Amino acid sequence: MIAEHAIAKLSPAQKRRRNITHALIAVAIIVIGIVAKGQFAWVAKFPRKWVVPLKNWITDFFEWIVYGVTFFEGKSYEFVPTDVTRGMIKIFEYQLSFTDGLFFNGFRIGVDPLPWITVVGLMAILGHWVAGWRMAIIAGGSFLYLSLFSVWAPAMDTFSLVLLTVPVVFVIGLFLAIWMSRSRRIENAITPFFDLMQAMPPFAYMVPIVVLFGIGDVPAMLAVAVFAVPPVARCILLGLQTVPHEVIEAGEMAGCTPRQMLWKVKVPTSRSTVLVGLNQGIMQTLAMIVLASLIGASGLGNELLNSLQTLRLGQALEQGLAIVVIAVALDRLSAAYAHKPKQYIDKSLPWVQKHRHLVFAGGFLVASIAMAWFIPSLRVLPKEWPLTTAPMWDAGIDWVLVNWYDNVQGFRNFVLIDLLIPIKKFLLSVPWPTFIGLIILLGYRMGGWKLALTVGLMITFPLLMGLWKQTMITVYMIGSAAVICIVVGFPIGLLAARSERLSRYIILMCDFFQTFPSFIYLIPVIMLFKVSDISAIIAVLAFALVPMVRYTNLGFRNVPFNIREAAIQQGATRWQRLIKVELPLAAPEIMLGINQVIFMALFMVAITALIGTQDLGSEINRARTGNKTGRALVAGLCIAFLGMIADRIIKAWRKQHDYQQSRNT
Amino acid sequence: MSAENAGNDVKISCRNVWQLFGKGADRFLAKHDNKPTMGQIVSAGLIGAVRDVSFDVHQNEILMIMGLSGSGKSTMLRCITQLLKPTAGEIIFNGTDITKVSARELNNLRRHKMGMVFQHFGLLPHRTVLENIAFPLEIQGLDGNERIAKARELVELVGLAGRESYFPRELSGGQQQRVGIARSLAVEPDVWFLDEPFSALDPLIRREMQDEFMRLQSKLNKSIVFVTHDFDEAVRLGDRIAIMKDGELVQIGTPEELVTNPADEYVRAFVENAPKAKLVTVGKIMNELGSVDTATEPVLVGAVLEDVAKRVMMSESAIPVSNKEGKLVGSIDREKLVSVLFAV
Ligand SMILES: Nc1ncnc2c1ncn2[C@@H]1O[C@H](COP(=O)(O)OP(=O)(O)OP(=O)(O)O)[C@@H](O)[C@H]1O
Ligand SMILES: [Mg+2]
Repeated sequence: MIAEHAIAKLSPAQKRRRNITHALIAVAIIVIGIVAKGQFAWVAKFPRKWVVPLKNWITDFFEWIVYGVTFFEGKSYEFVPTDVTRGMIKIFEYQLSFTDGLFFNGFRIGVDPLPWITVVGLMAILGHWVAGWRMAIIAGGSFLYLSLFSVWAPAMDTFSLVLLTVPVVFVIGLFLAIWMSRSRRIENAITPFFDLMQAMPPFAYMVPIVVLFGIGDVPAMLAVAVFAVPPVARCILLGLQTVPHEVIEAGEMAGCTPRQMLWKVKVPTSRSTVLVGLNQGIMQTLAMIVLASLIGASGLGNELLNSLQTLRLGQALEQGLAIVVIAVALDRLSAAYAHKPKQYIDKSLPWVQKHRHLVFAGGFLVASIAMAWFIPSLRVLPKEWPLTTAPMWDAGIDWVLVNWYDNVQGFRNFVLIDLLIPIKKFLLSVPWPTFIGLIILLGYRMGGWKLALTVGLMITFPLLMGLWKQTMITVYMIGSAAVICIVVGFPIGLLAARSERLSRYIILMCDFFQTFPSFIYLIPVIMLFKVSDISAIIAVLAFALVPMVRYTNLGFRNVPFNIREAAIQQGATRWQRLIKVELPLAAPEIMLGINQVIFMALFMVAITALIGTQDLGSEINRARTGNKTGRALVAGLCIAFLGMIADRIIKAWRKQHDYQQSRNT
Repeated sequence: MSAENAGNDVKISCRNVWQLFGKGADRFLAKHDNKPTMGQIVSAGLIGAVRDVSFDVHQNEILMIMGLSGSGKSTMLRCITQLLKPTAGEIIFNGTDITKVSARELNNLRRHKMGMVFQHFGLLPHRTVLENIAFPLEIQGLDGNERIAKARELVELVGLAGRESYFPRELSGGQQQRVGIARSLAVEPDVWFLDEPFSALDPLIRREMQDEFMRLQSKLNKSIVFVTHDFDEAVRLGDRIAIMKDGELVQIGTPEELVTNPADEYVRAFVENAPKAKLVTVGKIMNELGSVDTATEPVLVGAVLEDVAKRVMMSESAIPVSNKEGKLVGSIDREKLVSVLFAV
């Protein structure tokens, strides 16, 4: 706090002096690094025997937990820790078998799953209850799409998993948020863990989950929970913390106990934010569903992986679309529910009238099941009915391959040989003391000693783990992708901010690309660009471009109208206006976008490892196939730290530059 | 609601109350022997929201706290209700120092003895009018039918009959504040606290709500602490007015005392535009009896200037002033009247 104020208060001359000092220190760090590299072997290459064998310790620890300890040995009730963890799995498996039975498996006692017509109808009724006819059509239509496009069974499998996972995620998120809202201290203690969970690629923590819990739907659910709980909890916490001051005081003056305050005042008052948390939970769960299938989640994700492995791209695309459709339906439903104002219900009305939708849904349930009994095609669509667009997609991809291949190869070689490889070589040749020194200097410049220390520790971690080279390659991939994202995303975002009409399409595209399973990007890219850094970078690009566009758009839109008007009035040209007025005001939002780009790119790095890169992602991937807990977690931590370094520095920069916010408070 | 029948039994007594915001405020205060100056507070990086304030609130009295924005009115009120723990000082409520009672006792006190109305209403958005009003009763643990019946009475009292099932967002500002008032009265509190209850309303509605407030008070006869930054409102509604500036209590007294005898320029600026003719009594400004024509019919010592103005202005010479018993106690003439009313 004090440091930032100090910087803001510096006079121009003092600022200039500060800049010069920092530049000199930077030059010194670079020169010392280069000289030292020539002098000392340990600078040129970090000695292997200095590496801290943390990954072995972790692996040993997990092995010890799994195989090494037995409680009550020799007694009839002896058990090993995995008995406990796998027993926990059983509890959820039981619930899951129920929803699975209901939606697609049927029950062993000879009860069929719900006919598709019933599910479609019920979703439509739910949509109507939440937000009227439009929502009824969106919800019913989405599920109708699923049934018509031959993905019904896997889609229902995924749906049932989501239906079980989301409440679990939501409840955990809610209680964590409540706990964090108790005191600043608890919040500050938990937030770093959330940062870590969000910055860590899911592959990394999937390994210990598999080791402890095995493979299957429920361990996959756990991985999803690790991924989805932090954003849900954060959202709910925000809601609880922004309950108007006076409402809380009114509660206190009524003599509320802490418990009454929570459940009668805070939670209901922040209802819509809490429900946005629920919405977050749904979206995060669906975003993870394909990855989760790597450790045994059945359903669409699994089918999609299969299609990819057998190179049936059209089908993969269709399955990916089905995930998007479910995501869109559930997103709209939950968002509409979050914003649905509470309606007054006259308590004196008869029960039937108070619960019209419920009665109607019950009626429809019975009627549709009865109908499906007589008309089998309402129960399960006949084989020849379902539509498919897969051949069309396949034909399209073939066409592109045939017609573009040569051009693309030329482009690829140019970019790879003339641009990327030199950058990579350059980064790898930077001596590690120089890189670490510069990061620390940047941290100091942005946020004082505390930040310098934090980022310094985080960037030293990969070095001590012996993963410096992989980390530098990751930095190079992320850096290249981020730069391209900024160069491409900024003008698109600016365009969206300038035109209402365009902005609607652009935002729609953003929504689509964000829910579309990230895996699918890999395929066409590999086909065109073969296995190389450039494929990985392009896959990252397709995924990480979205936040850049979104936040640029947002930033420019938030520039207050009167400021823009004042600039026009002072006779600024369009260009001057953009550079001198709007950009500085939009910059904080745009930096937030870049922050997101970096996180999404790091997330994608782990996935691109599947196509063979040499960075930290591949390190995790190799660990994953061999169940090397330590190796996966350590590499995951390295990636997480890279993300957190960027995050901390960008946040600090924002604090220094957020003119708009400091004016508001 | 007049000062005479306020009686002398003290309901709330604030003794040397301090509220400093910032880190290490208690240590700072102790270090300076509970007597830091404003300069010391500022240079320690603290905010002196309330500084060494003492006053009493009597039974059935309406005490107005007034001052400019940021003068510490709300903070003072929150110290009295213990929504904020004062950094130092005592708040004696019905004979007990409530800065020292347990959380449980405090809750009990709030559930049964205190009611509060907020500037921005502080209604629960997810509850209907009726449910909002019944809320404190629910917290008390009253059963459903009983609290609904009670809430219905209050809806009636504040003139919202027919809107029981509306949500706050469906009501106008004035109507929302009526809900706030009804809610604060639900537990039949001993003392009623109002923090700028009408400031968020537009002038016409504000006037209407002030009338409403006086109507309610004439029925209920509560002890009231009422925060406002509007001197007209303070004069209209209050028995006594406490004026705060930069966290300090500058002056406390009846409107008449403030008008005729402002403690400093700050108070004078407030009272300048007050309707003096309606506030000041003859006794406050009369001259010595002197050589007045005792044959003239005297005016009463307790009459306000407005009522005697015509006679005094028409008369060439001074007019005698008598007390209730008919004894002559002084005189009043044109020059005196003009100099008080027009401050010349
Ligand atoms: N929680 C707090 N933390 C820090 N300072 C505070 C806090 N609450 C109030 N203050 C400061 O204390 C001073 C008095 O504030 P208070 O709200 O009591 O003023 P007020 O007289 O009620 O003004 P208004 O008429 O605007 O409501 C102000 O300078 C305010 O900034
Ligand atoms: Mg106030």
